Amino acid sequence: MVLELSAHMQHRQGERSLFPLCQQVRRGQAHRGTPLWFCACSGCASCLMYLLTRGFLGFLPSWPRFSLENTDPRMRGRGIQLLSQVLLQCYSLLQEKEVLHLVLFYESRLQDNHLVIPSVLQGLRALSMCEVLSPGLAVSVLKAIFQEVHVQSLLQLDRHTVYSIITNFMSTREEELKGLGANFTFGFIQVMDGEKDPRNLLVAFQIVHDLIAKDYDLGPFVEELFEVTSCYFPVDFTPPPNDPHGIQREDLILSLRAVLASTTQFAEFLLPLLIEKLDSELQSAKLDSLQTLTACCAIYGQKELQEFLPSLWSSLRREVFQTASEKIETECLTALRALSACLSRSVLSSDSEDLLDSFLSSILQASFLSSPHSNIWLLQDCRHHLCEPDMKLVWPSAKLLQAAAGASLRTYHRISHSVLPLLLEQYTKHTQSSQRRTILEMLLGFLELQQKWGHVEEDESPLLSHQAPVCSVVFSALLDPSVQLQLVGIKALTVLGSLQGFLSSSNLELVVDHLIRLALHEEDSQSSEAAMEAAGSLAPTYPKVFSGHMVPRLEEELQLEREESHHKRHSLQQRCLQALAAVSTHTSIVKDTVPILLQHLQKVQKGTEAKNTQDVISVCQSLHRVALQCQQDAEGCWYFHQTVVPCLLAMAVQAAMPESTHTLPGKALLEEEVLAAMIPVISAATAHLSPELAAQSVSHVVPLFLDGDVSFLPQNSFPCSFQPFGDGEHLEAQRRLVALLMAFVCSLPRDVAIPQQEWLLRELLALSCSSNCPFTATTAAKCFAGLVNKHPAGQQLDEILQLAVNRMEPSLAEGPRRTQALTLLLWVTKALVLRYHPLSSCLTDKLLGLLGDTELGPATADGFSLLMAESPDVLHKGCHADVRIMFRQRFFTDNVPKLVRGFHGAGPDVKANYLKGLSHVLNHLPKPVLVTELPTLLSLLLEALSCSDRVVQLSTLSCLHPLLLEAPQIMSLHVDTLVTKFLNLTSSPTMAVRIAALRCAHALTSLPTTVLLPYKGRVIRALAKPLDDKKRLVRKEAVAARGEWFLLGSPGR
Amino acid sequence: PQGGRASGGPGSARRRSPLLHSPAASATGGERRASLNTELKLPCGLGAVAVTAVSPQVDDAQSTVSVEFTPTIPHCSMATLIGLSIKVKLLRSLPERFKLDVHITPGTHASEHAVNKQLADKERVAAALENSHLLEVVNQCLSARS
Repeated sequence: MVLELSAHMQHRQGERSLFPLCQQVRRGQAHRGTPLWFCACSGCASCLMYLLTRGFLGFLPSWPRFSLENTDPRMRGRGIQLLSQVLLQCYSLLQEKEVLHLVLFYESRLQDNHLVIPSVLQGLRALSMCEVLSPGLAVSVLKAIFQEVHVQSLLQLDRHTVYSIITNFMSTREEELKGLGANFTFGFIQVMDGEKDPRNLLVAFQIVHDLIAKDYDLGPFVEELFEVTSCYFPVDFTPPPNDPHGIQREDLILSLRAVLASTTQFAEFLLPLLIEKLDSELQSAKLDSLQTLTACCAIYGQKELQEFLPSLWSSLRREVFQTASEKIETECLTALRALSACLSRSVLSSDSEDLLDSFLSSILQASFLSSPHSNIWLLQDCRHHLCEPDMKLVWPSAKLLQAAAGASLRTYHRISHSVLPLLLEQYTKHTQSSQRRTILEMLLGFLELQQKWGHVEEDESPLLSHQAPVCSVVFSALLDPSVQLQLVGIKALTVLGSLQGFLSSSNLELVVDHLIRLALHEEDSQSSEAAMEAAGSLAPTYPKVFSGHMVPRLEEELQLEREESHHKRHSLQQRCLQALAAVSTHTSIVKDTVPILLQHLQKVQKGTEAKNTQDVISVCQSLHRVALQCQQDAEGCWYFHQTVVPCLLAMAVQAAMPESTHTLPGKALLEEEVLAAMIPVISAATAHLSPELAAQSVSHVVPLFLDGDVSFLPQNSFPCSFQPFGDGEHLEAQRRLVALLMAFVCSLPRDVAIPQQEWLLRELLALSCSSNCPFTATTAAKCFAGLVNKHPAGQQLDEILQLAVNRMEPSLAEGPRRTQALTLLLWVTKALVLRYHPLSSCLTDKLLGLLGDTELGPATADGFSLLMAESPDVLHKGCHADVRIMFRQRFFTDNVPKLVRGFHGAGPDVKANYLKGLSHVLNHLPKPVLVTELPTLLSLLLEALSCSDRVVQLSTLSCLHPLLLEAPQIMSLHVDTLVTKFLNLTSSPTMAVRIAALRCAHALTSLPTTVLLPYKGRVIRALAKPLDDKKRLVRKEAVAARGEWFLLGSPGR
Repeated sequence: PQGGRASGGPGSARRRSPLLHSPAASATGGERRASLNTELKLPCGLGAVAVTAVSPQVDDAQSTVSVEFTPTIPHCSMATLIGLSIKVKLLRSLPERFKLDVHITPGTHASEHAVNKQLADKERVAAALENSHLLEVVNQCLSARS
């Protein structure tokens, strides 16, 4: 018996029956053995797995070259390797006793020649995955490895195998390994000591983390374990280019941090290390230390931190005061917050000193007392310091304090208790607006923190005890002439108002007075807008105060006829309207403001002058804002809809009555801009209705337009019937109101059934094809498209679409209404493209064909932007349209090849149409998609740069810009053309083109320098001209671009 | 004292990125490191230099631009470099018709006159920019990348 393994087993176990197959195979050895082996060697491992593991091992001597006992270690290694490979395939089939034998065999092999060891480890890894491993074997394998193998002298892959074995055992045999006690920890420390490969380190760090997290006995080896891991801190690793393993620096940092911050046992070693690295020069080391410190604070307590607090604090303070990097400052503040939170979490024992208290005192002291540069706060006699307060150091101090105060309620109380009085005192001492603003901004920071910590507690809050001075400081800021100070004051007011119970009722009235004054009479629009915003955000908290005080005052101002100049009165009215809308953030207030706005609308719509049109539009804008603000609130939404929609419709119908309109447009209400301003109001009031209420409303509005049923309108006695779809010259005005129908019916939720929809669609179709008024025709087409987009698929939809196609085709071909037909085609195509309707491709092809039409071509090309862009009033998500994601990408893939083909085949007079269409499609494509798709279109785009149409130029430039930045290699092939074209376009008569061309010239600098250098002189000379452009924005771009070209190839770039 | 700006230990000078501070730059957190007219980032290791740039006097009709700058301390060794950087930035950013004048605010530097003379001399400026080391430093100051 030559096979050591077999002998070994038989000797140990004394039972041959273990390998019944072995006998069988032996018997057939003469004629079957060799072919079987041959089979195994040719890679058909699976069919031999069973045989091998169930006894074929005994057959090995017949293959002496690979014998496990061959005297040549290389051959022996290959034998073991074969066995290990097979075991890796079939470890799950092994039985307990077989595993035992194999383990003993492999353990003994660990002492073998070093050439054999890798294969032995592979085998052990296979065995470590066996579920049937008997108790005690895991420990013995690990002991053997720890004892026999010098892991760090192995190759990376073999070291990885060792870690895998340990990981496998740790996940399945935790109890057994813990029986090893601290020896296991020690063994592992030796295994990983000196590891250098990032792949292995990730596994090793995970093992250490598990050691700690699963509470293995570290015994006396805590420091060793810390040493062996912390030596990698801070991680210094740059992944090689084209690294197939994809390990990033960040992965290592995070897994090392997880280890270091996993136990308080490391604290005494880790904290000094962090302090040391924080003091280093390396930015990345600082960041890593700070982040690790923050992570540690999650588990540390007072005990761990005590000894190191002073040095930690001095390092943090130094960084915040001195760093130039925002990132480091942010991390410092986060770390300080974490530290403070950690300290305030610790339970105090009666005899120990409150570390939090002394820590905070040191912060307070450092920030305001001992820092040599912030003593301006205290040394009032240093007048020269006061005149020039060094804001650079005041701000970091405030940030430090706020970070600490943001840690817990306790720290907040402690800090604000000392800081608030100081800030209030300083505010009164300083008189300059800019200084006051700085102080108030700091105060605001603390007020916001109070907001974070919730309600003001009666007795405890330091803020409450300073209520009066805080209010007077904020109010005085509101009265200050400086807009910047006012703005901070308004912000502070908003925060104060949100603190429940802080403002008394008399104070609240004062607040309202201030807000009214700022909103209406403050000259600066920033302050006025901020005041309106503040009113809007406070109103839901104090609805009674605002509807009782603010709304009546605004109404009064709105109605007041003054002697003042027209301009002034007009702007005051505007402000009133805006303020009324802004404050309507609570249903009860909405019920007060909406009637006022509608009443005002009634009043201003009667005139015919241009200023009336403006006024009506302003009221509509305010109503729109109110509608948006009450969309989320069901009650407010329904109230608004019920009140505003019938009222607007009634006014419009009244204005459109035939005898009141001898000449068109006779009334402000029928102007295109006014109708366009009313559309968003009705749309916003409709889009969020619940289906039942929407159904109720739709049953009134649709009959109004189809049957002229005016009964639901507030004033429903009209001299004449309402027939927007009727025939006749005199009904032109009424037809315009289809815009309002569109606003309503296209915004309805998709599940609301529209009565008489077929009839409505036919009427809209007819109107869109027959109307002579472009506004009416376009609106009808949009309304038709909006309905078609939401129409459920099926025969009905197909019929109506067929009808539309039949109507469009003859009109498109010839006749006086080709433009109308094109508009309808565009809108219907858009409606279908959005929902991926099969007919959409047919309609798009029709559009592509029209690009070659000399008459309709340019309009069709512009129509591509309509297809791709988000439409403001219909066919967008907000009005529940059926919009598939990625419809743009799909449109791009389907149609761009056709566009390109069309371009190449087109005559010279229509080529530009194709380019324009293409650039519209490209312009609306998401940038990442654009960059991957563009190289194929590059030659076309370069051609487009020479096109004289400025829309084409502009959109081509905006397509090329990202490409220059992200695909410089491809672009550098065309550098000559690009430089020439860009420089030519910098003298375009259109400002936007000049700017875009200069931006592209700037972006050119990201191409490889060697490619650009031949052009440097020429570009710099050419860019001197736009430096003197008459437009500031052009000059700005020219300066940036020229500066960058100067740096090209120059030292110190 | 270093103009009362730098604080902390001796290491601070190297870590702080020196910027031009305009008096107009306001004091809020985000803006406090803002620099207004010319962004000058002196490479680390050259010492802390804080400069107050006085807003330039521009006369478009006469095509003249005049910039005054104030070094923090009278013995600031960087004054020439700062002046040169301002000058180069202006040369690259303004149309050729402008006549440039960059000088130190009177009475704020020990060798004010010499520096002004250097900056006014076209040939010396051109020669300085031939020096690749000097050009490198100036370019670093003017580079948009941080």
